[in-house]
Amino acid sequence: MATKTLMKGNEAIVKGAIAAGCRGFFGYPITPQNEIPEYMSSLMPKAGGVFVQAESEVASINMVYGAACTGTRVMTTSSSPGISLMQEGISYIAGAELPAVIVNVQRGGPGLGNIAVGQADYFQAVKGGGHGDYKLLTLAPWSVSECYHLTALAFDLADKYRNPVMVLADAILGQMIETIEVPDKIETYIPPKPWATTGRKNRDKNIINSLWIVPQVLEELNLKLQAKYALMIEHEVRYDEYKVEDADLVLVAYGTTSRLCKTVVDMARKEGLNVGLFRPISLFPFPSIPLEGLAERGKKLLVVEMSHGQMVEDVRLSVNGKTSVGFYGRSGGMVPTPSEILNQVRDTLNGGSSCSCCCRTRSEEVSR
Amino acid sequence: MLLPDQERGGVTMTQKVFERPRALSENTFSYCAGCLHGVVHRLIAEVIDELDLMERTVGICPVGCSVFMYDYMECDMIEASHGRAPAVATGVKRILPGSFVFAYQGDGDLAAIGTAETIHSAARGENISVVFINNGTYGMTGGQMAPTTLVGAKTTTCPEGRDPAIAGYPIKVCELLSSLDGPSYIARVAPVSAGGLAKTKAAIKKAFQKQLDGKGFSLVEVLSNCPTQWNMSPIDSLKWIEETATKHYPLGEFVDR
Repeated sequence: MATKTLMKGNEAIVKGAIAAGCRGFFGYPITPQNEIPEYMSSLMPKAGGVFVQAESEVASINMVYGAACTGTRVMTTSSSPGISLMQEGISYIAGAELPAVIVNVQRGGPGLGNIAVGQADYFQAVKGGGHGDYKLLTLAPWSVSECYHLTALAFDLADKYRNPVMVLADAILGQMIETIEVPDKIETYIPPKPWATTGRKNRDKNIINSLWIVPQVLEELNLKLQAKYALMIEHEVRYDEYKVEDADLVLVAYGTTSRLCKTVVDMARKEGLNVGLFRPISLFPFPSIPLEGLAERGKKLLVVEMSHGQMVEDVRLSVNGKTSVGFYGRSGGMVPTPSEILNQVRDTLNGGSSCSCCCRTRSEEVSR
Repeated sequence: MLLPDQERGGVTMTQKVFERPRALSENTFSYCAGCLHGVVHRLIAEVIDELDLMERTVGICPVGCSVFMYDYMECDMIEASHGRAPAVATGVKRILPGSFVFAYQGDGDLAAIGTAETIHSAARGENISVVFINNGTYGMTGGQMAPTTLVGAKTTTCPEGRDPAIAGYPIKVCELLSSLDGPSYIARVAPVSAGGLAKTKAAIKKAFQKQLDGKGFSLVEVLSNCPTQWNMSPIDSLKWIEETATKHYPLGEFVDR
């Protein structure tokens, strides 16, 4: 059974987390994710969990670190500048192999940027973000429903791999209201956690630590982490496709931008242009193999982001020169309109510049 | 040692009157000769034993010389990032209110990089206990100026002595935290004599008991030494604490409620 209702993305993140058994939330206010701590402050205690408003994002992530040490499902949420502040703590969580969920409702950057939508934290989310050789499993919702379900899934994956999982949303998804079918109950599995520091009653002492002073030992930990990331690449790739079968050109986009691109696909098809959409859902692990498959089938790719080119690097690595990869990006809270994107589609299909944004500017500068 | 066992009617039996606390591991301390870290670890372990807390204790160690404290204690331990022990302790204690949670922090950890976490966990009246080791220097990184370095004291980053015109003044943590309503117990001690050791242990025990009674945040500041970075013999370092440090950092109980 499910209840059909209207909900904001930020609220869906809260409901999905609680449904998945999250029983600890630690956060600090920052726009555009403030509805999350606000809903959490009333819903989490009702679910028998803990809500703490921390003094900073630095404190939030370290409260999450401590609470995750108990084996309880816990999370924090923030937006771009706050997520930057958390990076040291996230690195410790990855190094200590603790399960935890971090949601980034991305806004415009760099610096204080603004509170409008952005997708410029992609590198930070999927390339590690903090110091050291680690990865976050990163999931990117494109709807209110996925805000709910991917947040819930994030807790299962965090436990399965003992690794921090990031849900990379954005300001529009967080603030947008749309219909969602909220299930009465979701399938979730919380494994036993014999490693947790809960007091050593009836067992030997447990230590949770990311300090390995002997180089050989630290390298062993790093190799263990790498093996875990390889398993994620093998088992956790998630993506969605729309009308790619007969497409000559496939748009590649995630989050809010992928919604716009879906509209563009339909607009283009009305003009007789064979366009499709490929939407990565897991950003790490990145769906490289299916993208390579599209390239091998001769399809041109056009990456659209609300940044000046971050995910496009992973797309280019995935196809490794097997097809042309164009790029169109806006930033700072400027949202590309479907007609703007459609112009790029027409250009690309007509053999025009495959990268009208950053590359054209760069080549003009060089020629000057 | 042989003592008459009075319960056995005066029959002389072998009785152990001094032993390693159960909560202290058998690992050898990595501390320099004369360092008080090991002494304070032992006092904490004795109190954990006496209050029968080991099975429900989660200790949080800092970054600094005592970073390896998890190897020296027999209870569950978590290694926190620099300055964040009170936030980590908050996370554990909120999720497991029945656990006993202590944080062990040095002066750089607690009063410089972690000042916000210290003040806010105290202000929240977070039901945790903090043992604060104040030796006025960054021992592990080579003896740099700490937030608690006294005016005039020489360190590797104030080689001519701490000059307030450049480096400001040392922070008096107990006095600072005493202005808050959250703490249940704030005390400063100096384990530099037999009496000082007894008072240190008593203060730690009282601080831990406050947590067990649900009274909220407790902190014991231990005036400690660093013979290596102070360039003093262990005995001289203890004398310096007694004769100089205590003038700037008066001993006593600041909050007890």
